[in-house]
Amino acid sequence: MITVNTEAYPWHPGMTVRSLLDEKVFTFRHIIVRVNGEYVPEEDYENFAVQDEDDVVVLHLMAGG
Amino acid sequence: MGTIIKEYSYTPAKVERGYSGKSLYINVSDLRIEEKVITDFMKEKFTGGKGFDLWYLWNAVTPETRWDSPENEIVMSVGPIGGITQYSGTGKTLVAAISPLTGIPIDSNAGGYFGPLLKFSGWDAFELQGKSDKDILIYIDGNNGLIQIEEAEDYPEDSHLLAEELTRKYALNEDDMVNISVVCTGSAAKHGYMGMLNFSFYDPRRKVCRFKQAARGGLGTILRDKKVKALVVKYKGVTPNLNNAADIATINKVGVKYHKEMHDLDSKQNKMRQIGTANTVMIMSQYDLLPTRNFQTGGDPEVVKIAPEIFINEWLTQGLHDGCWYGCTMSCAKCADHFLLTSGPYAGERVTVDGPEYECVAGLGANLGIFDPQAILEQNFYCDTYGIDLISYATTVAFIMECYEREQIGPDHTGGLELRFGNASASLELIHQMSRGEGFGKLVGLGTRNLKKIFVDEFGADPMLLEDIGMETKGLEYAEYSHKESLAQQGGFALATKGPQHDEAWLIFMDMVNKQIPTFEDKANALYYFPMFRTWFGLVGLCKLPWNDIVPADNHKTDSPAKVPEHVQNYVDIFNAVTGRNIDKDELILQSERVYQFQRVFSVRMGKGERKDDYPPYRSLGPVSPEEYLSRQELYDKQLRDLQGLNPETMSLNEKIAATRRYREDQYEQLMDAVYRRRGWTMNGIPTPERLKEIGMDLPQLIEVVEPKL
Repeated sequence: MITVNTEAYPWHPGMTVRSLLDEKVFTFRHIIVRVNGEYVPEEDYENFAVQDEDDVVVLHLMAGG
Repeated sequence: MGTIIKEYSYTPAKVERGYSGKSLYINVSDLRIEEKVITDFMKEKFTGGKGFDLWYLWNAVTPETRWDSPENEIVMSVGPIGGITQYSGTGKTLVAAISPLTGIPIDSNAGGYFGPLLKFSGWDAFELQGKSDKDILIYIDGNNGLIQIEEAEDYPEDSHLLAEELTRKYALNEDDMVNISVVCTGSAAKHGYMGMLNFSFYDPRRKVCRFKQAARGGLGTILRDKKVKALVVKYKGVTPNLNNAADIATINKVGVKYHKEMHDLDSKQNKMRQIGTANTVMIMSQYDLLPTRNFQTGGDPEVVKIAPEIFINEWLTQGLHDGCWYGCTMSCAKCADHFLLTSGPYAGERVTVDGPEYECVAGLGANLGIFDPQAILEQNFYCDTYGIDLISYATTVAFIMECYEREQIGPDHTGGLELRFGNASASLELIHQMSRGEGFGKLVGLGTRNLKKIFVDEFGADPMLLEDIGMETKGLEYAEYSHKESLAQQGGFALATKGPQHDEAWLIFMDMVNKQIPTFEDKANALYYFPMFRTWFGLVGLCKLPWNDIVPADNHKTDSPAKVPEHVQNYVDIFNAVTGRNIDKDELILQSERVYQFQRVFSVRMGKGERKDDYPPYRSLGPVSPEEYLSRQELYDKQLRDLQGLNPETMSLNEKIAATRRYREDQYEQLMDAVYRRRGWTMNGIPTPERLKEIGMDLPQLIEVVEPKL
């Protein structure tokens, strides 16, 4: 189990930041991803492995409208 | 064309450090024209823009004033930063009046050239009071210091014709047309309460007048009630430092930095230059936030038919000038050129349609169940030229369509129109009826709150159902975001001073997706900071979009990326550089709060602005109908278990809906308490004298309003 934005979420082997974003349907382009506090640049999403019990924060930067 | 019935000559005041120091007052009852001095008191307490508007309006009206009282004013002001050309989004005009929809002060803002040209013509603000007995237009020539009031019976009413004709009338030649801006409305504005104001700017490449709108709250209705057909300003000679800024070098430096961001990052972020605000339509649907069929759900599979790419590839004209004031590199305005109209009085003509903005696609599209780009653009065009606020229109018609489908009203009431979701031709017919002041369309123009009463009193509809599904608070229709799953945004809408417009706060992602503000106090802090911060744009003449629709590449390294700290500092630097003052980001918030609290007290003075006025319809908070509950059954059942300790397996659907409702209404009450405390209000929503004193707004006239309410 991992935590995504403070809520528990099931982990599975092979999970990457990209696959997690796809699973969560986080399609908004303007986001910041941090895994255990570490900033993950967009170019690393495909290869950045998410481990079991990781704390993932996906900040959507729209405060507008 | 018409007879000139009044002329007034003046010496245009030179703008110094963002202010001309003068405001213009015109009373169209007796054709009185006066000049007023912008005092240091006004600058200190109200800064400019919406602050000046509200101060003048306060002094013009009494608690008995109604929207159509002669003393009601339309006041407009651009603010001290307005008109600089070195940064994006610096041409906003702020407009205020007592609204026909709400009965309290409404404020709305528009791009276009009018505000900056008005200031460069010598006027920081403009008050329009009184009621004419015949159609007139007001012309301000800022180069020659001349004001003319002219009879205007023979001019067309609809904006695309009127603005074009007036721009040509006052321009010396084609090159001169960019120096003219027209404020007008359209034929529907005199038949309902949701008339809006169009602010023109001439596009020399397309060779058409284009428009931005001060749309909310019925400002166009008031203009036509005063029998003013148009306001026209002409000023030739816009240059980069007409504000005579105290420190132009800093403005240049901040501007260059910002434009580089725009150039490098927009294509990787929100694509504002490519599609504009409509870039978020698919995103909103994917996050369950796109209001669909009167806010019943947050998206629909059919939304792909109105996706941004459809408009970009098939309808919009790219690569032309798309900024609504000089120097805006965000350039988010968009056009569908040579659009062929298929209905109404202009059927068969090809026109330029300004838009579609996000609110247009969401409101006239998804919320009406219309997933047809052509129909959206045609409604967009006619709402604009007829002077209809398309947000109020869309939210009202979505309510009507649901009433129709739930058999609360029928064809006998609608003149035979089958007002079901997805019926684009019926919606267009309503729009044309609003223009003509005929049929069921004339009722539509009265807005959702009035229609609820009519449907119940005259058509026998179910009052409880209509209260739940009619999306208005304080009499103003909701803007186009579904927000049932964000408690903070429920407050962002219903606790907004003027009514449920999202320009105070848009907290859905912070709250619902990011989970950054989990407690009531967190939400209350957000509902303090963001409304205060965003109010500031309206004080100084800025557009909100350049603040956070693009952010610096290293914004993620900051402590509070949602606030975009570097851009906040840009605004502090620009304000100081224009005015020569020395504020910091905390004083920026203080400037805003002074006006924010003033507006709340103003609402109290007009008989609203209390706790009873801050309640949303239940559809804002949760599922009204069985279908809505079932559409998110997994989520709602989980919430019954996790949040209330109930077992949904043992409950009927109606029991689950009722339990969900009790819980959510209680949550909203607790949110109100927390927000009121944070804003320094009593539990009845009244700003306290202590809070007013802390921010330097314990003016006798304000204390006189709040003390009896304590």
